Amino acid sequence: MGKIYINGISSISPQSESIFETENPKQYKENILSAVELDFKSLIKPVMLRRMSKAVKMALFCSKQALLEAKIEMPDAILVGTGQGCMKDTEKFMTHMLESEEGLLSPTSFIQSTHNTVAGQIALDLKCKGHNMTFSQNAVSFESALLDAILQLEEEHVKNILVGGVDEISNEFTGFQKLDGQIKSDNINNIDLYASKTSGTIISESAAFFSITSKKTPESFTELKDVEIINSMAASELNAKIENFLERNNIKITEIDAVILGKNGDSRFDHYYDTLQNGMFSEKCQLGFKHLVGDNNSVSSYALFLASKILKENKIPEIFKLNTLNCDNPRNILIYNQYLGKNHGLILIQSL
Amino acid sequence: MKGVAVTGMGIISSIGVNLEESFNSLQSGKDGISFPEILPTSYKNLLVGEIKLNNAELSEILDLPKTHSYTRAALLGTHAIKELLNNSKYDQFPEDTGFISGTSIGGIDMTEKHFYDFSENAEYQKYIQAQHPGFTTEKIAEYFDLSGTVTTISTACSSAANAIMMGARMIQSRKLKRVIVGGSDCLTKFTLNGFNSLKILSPQKSKPFDHNRDGLNLGEAAGYLLLEAEAVIRDKPVLGRVSGYGNANDAFHQTASSENGEGAYQAISKALNKAGISASEIDYINAHGTGTKNNDLSESVALKRIFGDNVPDFSSTKGFTGHTLGAAGAIEAIFSLLSIQKENMFPNLNFNAEMYETGLIPVSKLQNKQIGTVLSNSFGFGGNCTSLIFQKDG
Repeated sequence: MGKIYINGISSISPQSESIFETENPKQYKENILSAVELDFKSLIKPVMLRRMSKAVKMALFCSKQALLEAKIEMPDAILVGTGQGCMKDTEKFMTHMLESEEGLLSPTSFIQSTHNTVAGQIALDLKCKGHNMTFSQNAVSFESALLDAILQLEEEHVKNILVGGVDEISNEFTGFQKLDGQIKSDNINNIDLYASKTSGTIISESAAFFSITSKKTPESFTELKDVEIINSMAASELNAKIENFLERNNIKITEIDAVILGKNGDSRFDHYYDTLQNGMFSEKCQLGFKHLVGDNNSVSSYALFLASKILKENKIPEIFKLNTLNCDNPRNILIYNQYLGKNHGLILIQSL
Repeated sequence: MKGVAVTGMGIISSIGVNLEESFNSLQSGKDGISFPEILPTSYKNLLVGEIKLNNAELSEILDLPKTHSYTRAALLGTHAIKELLNNSKYDQFPEDTGFISGTSIGGIDMTEKHFYDFSENAEYQKYIQAQHPGFTTEKIAEYFDLSGTVTTISTACSSAANAIMMGARMIQSRKLKRVIVGGSDCLTKFTLNGFNSLKILSPQKSKPFDHNRDGLNLGEAAGYLLLEAEAVIRDKPVLGRVSGYGNANDAFHQTASSENGEGAYQAISKALNKAGISASEIDYINAHGTGTKNNDLSESVALKRIFGDNVPDFSSTKGFTGHTLGAAGAIEAIFSLLSIQKENMFPNLNFNAEMYETGLIPVSKLQNKQIGTVLSNSFGFGGNCTSLIFQKDG
């Protein structure tokens, strides 16, 4: 495998990007967090915007920003991870169908309900005819897209890839997640997430997109080293899996400067992270992000956004820190995330 | 370059619950199109390719506990992979076996069934996560203890073809030694009403590539292939090889295909290029051929652009199974491999008259032919076009 560089990044989440400077986060009093509204019309025509669902809007906006930063007009492939896809349109078509008992239905929301609507709409907007893929595997949807990105860059004609993760919320479907214990039953302030001793988490919508390339350019600022997905494992297997992953990349545990953990305040499953925090990474700078942006199936793309930004700016904002250790000159960052004890993802990036 | 070896297959569709039944139906021209009996829809007069085993019957065959939370697509997928396991010479899949599954709608059958129950009845809340494609894949993975690389591709009607492509790449780049690839989709009211609202369901049995075609029949199916790296094949028979693949986006319209079939043209070109063969080496094409006005014309135009006046023998098998959405690419991959093994070209059912725009005539009767190389097309919503090339081993 050749080297892979990240040349452009962009993200939308429940937090404004200014928290990296101000360290003054938005606080939410409910357990479902919407992404902030950005100036979408600065990059997307209003007539198009009106027809777009939030997932498409967020993804297209981030895609364009990431490509602009990387100075890429046309990527060779578009890869999207989305665990729950275009949920609002799915919900709309389903409720119309059920309420009308299979009556006369408008096809618009059905057309926009497929999971690959996002990747398709980005392709349509960019007029990009290249490889176009959508992965939908719960919490490793984005990692799966990264895996395909690595495979794609082995192809001779593929130089630049747009890859990202996006998930949106919808009223009924996201609401159902309260019923089966995915969302905490008592409302909490997001900032207090890690102090929570109850089951469930806070659910959000977000998107993060990346322009990556096999050839280093002046825009390159970090290197994507590797990614791995593991469907299921016990917490006791985690150390060995991470050791293997690092070894495969010729990196020693001592060389890891910071770990970004997908800890989400779910008392049933945070022990996976505790194992690492109290064990192999106890002497490392540990970061969390779900107390700020919540959890969703593709929020690990936000973690990669965070890691990229840290390496780009050579600075770790205090607000993300889970412990008090400092790291002055971060070089290697490992991201580990899982959801409900399944769909574990590892991403490793390195500064240039 | 030698393609990636296929060493196992398993299938279930409305024309058979295993490879043998499916092959017999294909040979005898017996379609699986009927009125819905299991899908609880009010559209009792819309023809579908329905598997006549209900969820309870499938669960019993698979020996699942009564409290299970398998979606219908998970039941179908598990059924197909059980057959694959039986003919792959493994007692159980080795721990490092990957699993890449394609599905268009995953477990939406459970969402539409229990939408109003979720808040009232805790018993059904186990299906809340079922809506999302990954859940169905995980259930199948759970059945076979597949705990490593497990993922889902959801690119509408090309999902399974893309899963096969991704699996082949994973083997070629040595990231996996062994991977189960394919897809599963079941009939749902959601898709039936969706396609109905688009007015592309035929009131009759679909007539792919016919001048008077008037839409598709929806179907349900699951199909999976086992792909293995050379190092682990040992003395196992190789059923065929995935030697070429290509994916491209039509970038034309969210649901309709472009008039010049650009996405399809690009996907086929890439697949030929990957296989390192020229167009003239294709012996037979298992076409996407859904029976809609738009797809069949666009695909025909793409075929003419690639092959000129020498379009190889081709047929669509969707007249047998209906359009099985995210599973189509997998069951048609299996039909393609059967074509190679059995030296048969399966008929394009219900064909009467060629479309005047292209004059292409599909194989409409069973024909014997030595087939070394098959092209299989799968196109979907979102402009997603995928072509696979299968070759005889050796």
